[in-house]
Amino acid sequence: MKNGNSLELQGITKSFVEHDVLKGVDLSFKQGEFVAVVGKSGCGKSTLLRLVAGLEDPTGGKIFVNGKSLHGLNKSSRTMFQDGRLFPWKKILQNVGVGLKGDWKRDAMELLEQVGLANRAHDWPSVLSGGQKQRVALARALVNQPDILLLDEPLGALDALTRVEMQRLIEELWRKRGLTALLVTHDVEEAVTLADRVLLIEEGKVVMNKEINLPRPRQKDNIQYVSIAAQILNRVMQVDGAIENKAIHA
Amino acid sequence: MQEKLNKKLNRSLFVSWLVPLILLVIWQLLSLWGVLSERILPAPTEVLQAGAALLKTGDLAEYIGISAKRAFIGFLIGGIIGFVLGLLNGISTIAETLFDTSLQMLRNIPHLALIPLVILWFGIEEEAKIFLVALGVLFPIYLNTFHGVKSVDKGLIEAARVYGLHGFSLFWNVILPAALPSILVGIRFSLGIMWVTLIVAETISANSGIGYMAMNAREFMRMDIVVLSILLYALLGKISDVFAKMVEKRCLKWHPSYQ
Repeated sequence: MKNGNSLELQGITKSFVEHDVLKGVDLSFKQGEFVAVVGKSGCGKSTLLRLVAGLEDPTGGKIFVNGKSLHGLNKSSRTMFQDGRLFPWKKILQNVGVGLKGDWKRDAMELLEQVGLANRAHDWPSVLSGGQKQRVALARALVNQPDILLLDEPLGALDALTRVEMQRLIEELWRKRGLTALLVTHDVEEAVTLADRVLLIEEGKVVMNKEINLPRPRQKDNIQYVSIAAQILNRVMQVDGAIENKAIHA
Repeated sequence: MQEKLNKKLNRSLFVSWLVPLILLVIWQLLSLWGVLSERILPAPTEVLQAGAALLKTGDLAEYIGISAKRAFIGFLIGGIIGFVLGLLNGISTIAETLFDTSLQMLRNIPHLALIPLVILWFGIEEEAKIFLVALGVLFPIYLNTFHGVKSVDKGLIEAARVYGLHGFSLFWNVILPAALPSILVGIRFSLGIMWVTLIVAETISANSGIGYMAMNAREFMRMDIVVLSILLYALLGKISDVFAKMVEKRCLKWHPSYQ
């Protein structure tokens, strides 16, 4: 099994027409580290992930993957999208194996077994539940053996129970494979459950960088867990309050 | 289970043909009772007899064969051109800017208005009919292919790129299947236009085919053969629609609407 690449962001800025989304982000990720990025919607956290995936180019700054400067698609990363983005005209097995060569069926089947959906290999995506679709998306991301797993609010559309199940699955597979994982989420608890480190992005800047040193798997009723989650959540809400106040005074 | 399914299928097949059957029976009865004069509409049995007689001489099979061949070749030529242009303009913005305006202008000319010109160009030879059919079929397929390719979910294309698809594999695995429902709508639509065009073209200028048979029969006041030709067109139209539906069902198995 390959080890996760170290990932480095230096002075990253990203602007869309007259709007700065990221205003100078410096980050580095250790190999095998699980990092969660939280923040309100529109804060730039999804843009950060898209830059690391190479789906967009930064306006300024540089991204280094394993010491090499990134140009174009980041081939050592795979992204799992919020809406799964399975191809509806391909059966589950073909969806997992998309873009693979050689003995891809065996690899795809093995991954489907790991996410517990081997028995659905020959179904169409349209008959799967939301949670099952995301498990397929996870299998598809992992079958490529990426060094970096990018998770773009992958559980945002799932119900609470399925979400807990998926969090366990992601954690288990991440540990087994020693991947570097970058999770973008608006759910602070999810971030604290999964991540070694939680970043908070506000108005295009990283304003908090918090290590979480709790033993895994993390218990949601653990006092430290509760206090860390509350602390981060308060920090997020504080900004909300400030903006609301500003709006009232204006 | 399978038997039950077959039974259900047979029943729905019967129900869908019930209305045409009843109309046929009413028509027959009205003719029998003398309500419908033979000079207005001959009885279905007479039409059938005329058909049987023509079948014996071999004329019927020959005319149907000729008409079907014209329809098929015209459809193939127009369909391929429309499909290729639709793909090209859907994928490449440069091609779209270059060709779309011209195509939109051409599209708005009723292709049947070109009949005088086409007769001057090709006379009443095969090319004339095939040209008109191809022209009529081209635009619905072009428009629907173009629309299908344009409206492929950008998210899916992005996902495909992340998973290493590009160039032809991106087209084959993502763009084409995503555009297929729309393309098939275009094909069904153009099949209708194909027959209409052929009927008009054959009626105005031909020396063979079903339309010619009808016009010829009119000169000899053979009402039964005229009606036979019209019914043949209806039947052929229905057959091509059934065929298109079969293709749709096969190609869109993945689509929730076809499951």
